[in-house]
Amino acid sequence: MTTTLDRALVPKLDDADLTLMLEIRAFELKLLDLFSQGLLNGTTHTCLGQEYVPVALRPLLTPGDHVFSNHRGHGHYLARFGDLEGLLAEIMGREGAVCAGVGGSQHIRRDGYLSTGVQGESLPVAAGVALHLARAGSGALALVYIGDGTFGEGAVYEALNIIALWRLPVLVVVENNGIAQSTPIAANLAGTIAGRAAAFGIGHHLVEGFDLPAIRTALEPLIARVRQGEPLIAEFATHRIGPHSKGDDTRPPEVLSELRDWRALYAAAHPEQSERLDQAARARVEAVAADVIARPPSRWAGP
Amino acid sequence: MRVAENLNSALHTLMDTRQDLYLLGEDVLDPYGGAFKVTRGLSTRHPGRVLTTPISESAITGVAAGLALCGDSAIVEIMFGDFAALAFDQLLNFASKSVSMYGSRVPMRMIVRCPVGGGRGYGPTHSQSLQKHFVGIPGLALYEMSHLHDNLAVLEEMLAREEPCILFEDKVLYTRPMHAVRPPFTVENTGGVARVSLDTRPDCVIVAPGGMAHRALAAMYSLLMEEEISCTLLVPSRLYPFDVDVPAAPHVFVVEESTAGGTWGAEVAHAVHRRHWDRLAGPVTLVHSADSVIPTAAHLEREVVVDETVIHRVIREVIRG
Repeated sequence: MTTTLDRALVPKLDDADLTLMLEIRAFELKLLDLFSQGLLNGTTHTCLGQEYVPVALRPLLTPGDHVFSNHRGHGHYLARFGDLEGLLAEIMGREGAVCAGVGGSQHIRRDGYLSTGVQGESLPVAAGVALHLARAGSGALALVYIGDGTFGEGAVYEALNIIALWRLPVLVVVENNGIAQSTPIAANLAGTIAGRAAAFGIGHHLVEGFDLPAIRTALEPLIARVRQGEPLIAEFATHRIGPHSKGDDTRPPEVLSELRDWRALYAAAHPEQSERLDQAARARVEAVAADVIARPPSRWAGP
Repeated sequence: MRVAENLNSALHTLMDTRQDLYLLGEDVLDPYGGAFKVTRGLSTRHPGRVLTTPISESAITGVAAGLALCGDSAIVEIMFGDFAALAFDQLLNFASKSVSMYGSRVPMRMIVRCPVGGGRGYGPTHSQSLQKHFVGIPGLALYEMSHLHDNLAVLEEMLAREEPCILFEDKVLYTRPMHAVRPPFTVENTGGVARVSLDTRPDCVIVAPGGMAHRALAAMYSLLMEEEISCTLLVPSRLYPFDVDVPAAPHVFVVEESTAGGTWGAEVAHAVHRRHWDRLAGPVTLVHSADSVIPTAAHLEREVVVDETVIHRVIREVIRG
């Protein structure tokens, strides 16, 4: 693929969107760096390559909407709150942690935002939240991020059935990165996600690429209908360019080299803007990391 | 009044008085009113808040948790408690965890009602006592229905805990009368524990959850009449967490319908040993069903499930030697 072609394929993003995407990228890279230095406890799952998904959805959500995230949720959180400090403190168990360091990377709760660490578990919960929202008549929705691998869980289908039957305002965003931990989608998923949506009479919209304005234009009317009780599965064809957690990527180099990383494509198409904002994003993340690392341990009042 | 009527009446009162309360379950709508008719009349009075659901125990428990997260209250009816196994992830990994895993306490007002127990010939997957499988989960409280506890007070206590609760309901209780205690025994209810006793100092204390109470009472009566053994029975409404306070007696028995292994009774016995070891004549005796599936045929089921005859025999043997 040539630079000329890339430029044609890669419309320019506005500075705010690109900054957020680059900050998420820098944050995730910093986490892997901190791990390699032995400064992080436990595990973490980065969203390298998928940063644009929650950024694309950001302006389509209202403060009353509920977002349900999963194990790979840092981008979802940062796109909602921009709170690098609180998230890093949570992951590192330092003062200022969003959830006192109890939840860590994959169990975070804050105003209308909640993540859990078990696949598929949040869909029924989101259905309950959506039931509440629908009864309140607020026009708010529940957004659930899942992956292609999540479709292996039975809870997904129990919930989709109820969501469709009860016409609940639920937007399911599938980040289809084609790989579940180490297992490719070909070994994981029979049929298609679109076919599964159709089985429940739920609308399905496929999103390809990272042309944020175009994605938003396409999704806006569909999401307006979700708010009226017409649930939707929005499937983003995306790429996880990093490991599942830390250094556990067993994909061969030829597979990795074929993954389309929005950042590389964008940098090739728009080098000046990319470089300028990337430096700023990395500087901000470095400053946040230096601040959080120096903080005392988080304190928990107890269960 | 029968126990099922008392429970149904309690649910009616709660639905009438709490506009934020939902009830979800399979086949709960009128005219069916639930497999055991406990939800009868509720959907007619509250059509918007009594929701019949697909056969999806995991999802409906999750929906209840979602409502609870938003500040609502929810009661889930699991048709047979055995099917709570299908909701285990939502209870273990989400609803109970959410109370504390987000760093500050999140109120979760939800009750999962589970009809349990044998004695009705429903067979191995519709007759179990699942209490032991839920013991020891932080943020999850376990209760058991009893004919000695008013269900409205019990349900209100569960909601007031602001954490997920399971109410185990022994199916054989539904058709039994409330509050029945045969003289000369009398009953008093303190702090959620019903105490059935005589005026005299007891030879032994029996700790039994609600589903076992009538069988324990029958054994206490026959032991008194035939053996002159005097028993005090404690029936706690809340099984876990359970702060056991056993009146002074040389022998303590914990009686439950669960099959052998990892029982609630073992947990109670451990607590009694720690607190009262010095005054006991011997270790706490556990009385439970056999280490077996629950057979369907009545004669086979009777061989496995604890009844008053077994309780009588075990207590007589321990005390008389």
